[in-house]
Amino acid sequence: MTILDKPASEGTAAGDRRASRDRKPRRETGAANVFSHGFLLVWGALTVLPLLWMFLSSFKSDGEILSDPWGLPGALRFENWARAWTEAHIGRYFLNSAIVVAGSLTLTMLLGATAAYVFARYEFRGRQVVYYLFVGGMMFPVFLALVPLFFVVRNAGLFGTWTGLILVYAAYSLPFTVFFLTAFFRTLPTAVAEAALIDGCGHFRLFFRVMLPMARPGLISIAIFNFLSQWNQFILPQVLMQGDDSKWVLAQGLTALAVSQGYQGDYSGLFAGLTIATLPVLAVYVLFQRQVQAGLTAGQLK
Amino acid sequence: MRHGKYPLIVTFLVPPVLLYVIFVVSPYLQAFQISTTDWLGYSAEADPVGLANFETLLHDGRVWNALKNNALLLAIVPVLTIGLGLFFATMLSMGGRKGRAGVTGVRGTAVYRMVYFFPQVLSVVIIALLWKEVYHPNSGLLNGALRAVGLPAPTWLGDPRTAFWCVLAVMVWANVGFYVVLFGAAMSAIPRDIYEAVLLDGASRWTTLRRITIPLLWDTVQVAWIYLAIAALDGFILIQQMTNGGPNFSSDVIGLRMYETAFGSESKFGYASAIGVVLFFLTLSVAVLALRAARRDRIEYS
Repeated sequence: MTILDKPASEGTAAGDRRASRDRKPRRETGAANVFSHGFLLVWGALTVLPLLWMFLSSFKSDGEILSDPWGLPGALRFENWARAWTEAHIGRYFLNSAIVVAGSLTLTMLLGATAAYVFARYEFRGRQVVYYLFVGGMMFPVFLALVPLFFVVRNAGLFGTWTGLILVYAAYSLPFTVFFLTAFFRTLPTAVAEAALIDGCGHFRLFFRVMLPMARPGLISIAIFNFLSQWNQFILPQVLMQGDDSKWVLAQGLTALAVSQGYQGDYSGLFAGLTIATLPVLAVYVLFQRQVQAGLTAGQLK
Repeated sequence: MRHGKYPLIVTFLVPPVLLYVIFVVSPYLQAFQISTTDWLGYSAEADPVGLANFETLLHDGRVWNALKNNALLLAIVPVLTIGLGLFFATMLSMGGRKGRAGVTGVRGTAVYRMVYFFPQVLSVVIIALLWKEVYHPNSGLLNGALRAVGLPAPTWLGDPRTAFWCVLAVMVWANVGFYVVLFGAAMSAIPRDIYEAVLLDGASRWTTLRRITIPLLWDTVQVAWIYLAIAALDGFILIQQMTNGGPNFSSDVIGLRMYETAFGSESKFGYASAIGVVLFFLTLSVAVLALRAARRDRIEYS
């Protein structure tokens, strides 16, 4: 780690500059640098260790897990994964989550982009009121709506259905999506749109052919944000998808697995289930980390 | 040119508004109404009782106990998370001071950022279940390490004195990475020459952070404060999955109290909605207070 603190005299350019300055810029000593770099390493280890432990434990036998938490697995027991996949139905829940999120994400993006576009680009009576109605939704905790929402969904005949979940996910993603995309559409130049309208392009074609492609970076950011929050959603399915466990989403399947592990002592199965749920998300994140980080932080910076 | 904009406004705005009003606005409005009734569960009977629920709430020891824990989270989690976030972000974006190269990040900045962000892409359910195993008294990672060096092995989540603090630690663990990336992104927008100038003036790292970085990042810190405060008033999923409020209500939070009141053994929907309304006003006032308290003149550099 001391490599970081190469003496300045190593550089040839530094030699002549040093002569002309009266006060030496403060340079940290090697010890201070090792010290602070040490903190970075410690936090990195704190982040990785539990995940690595989960991964390794998914190959262990229950005996190995109980007797030696820090030990390595004696063999690569993929049967733990198979057991979690089939017996705990993690495979099915994974698919269910994928179906629900595919539906809700499409709906969120479609409705969010169209609404935001209208708010950003068209003047009409009551625009401000409707806009603040949407954006105000960001202030309310989901908890407040939970009880009545349960009955709204039940009365609509959507209780325990994927359609219900898709509609509810989309509805609760709209405030932030509309807020973010309205700001984004406002930043796009108006000249292009005006030119297209003069050339006889209709309003609908203008949106789908010109404005949507121009808004791509913003759409990608907010899509990533919504994907993660909908994929990780837990409270809404827990309330709206009780009962029929063949339709559960992944988060519910994992909690059920944790509960059954509690009395069966199937530690390896739980770790395998958690690993199966974690790996794809982590892999996608590592591949697209720049976009993911930008997507998740951009919203907060606006 | 504005002929024919109304068909677009109507088609683009009506579906999202409908969805939003049905699943978001109407439940919120109903929640306020339900909170003034004595509605018990699935019967149709709900008599208006005025503010009686709120009066009961004032004398409900469990609610106060839960609120006390939320207050602790509110006092500790944002400070700790923002502090650690700023520290690591500073280290990563300008920790390496090589004198001649001016201000640069330490080695491996990109790797650190990637790793620190891991918890952010994982579902809170996975984080909760994983850490529950890490804290496991027998087979957990933590006690495995403690036993290996001959220290006593506490029961962590099983002990009323430690359970709450264990969950608090996980909350910080799960959030720090996000703010490292968020602050890092904001820091990269600060012109480098400011840092090079103060470096030449002989400012120490701590002075640079306190006098330059934090004032310039103030907007971002303020946003972080609000988000973390709202998260601290929630904490539902972590608590429910890791301790379920126990042992003996020592780690209870208001969200869990509300969930248990509505969907637990007894379904007191009226009372639960009253808790929800209180939670709403708490969230609102915390957000407003955070905005007020953190107000400062905005610094812009051109």
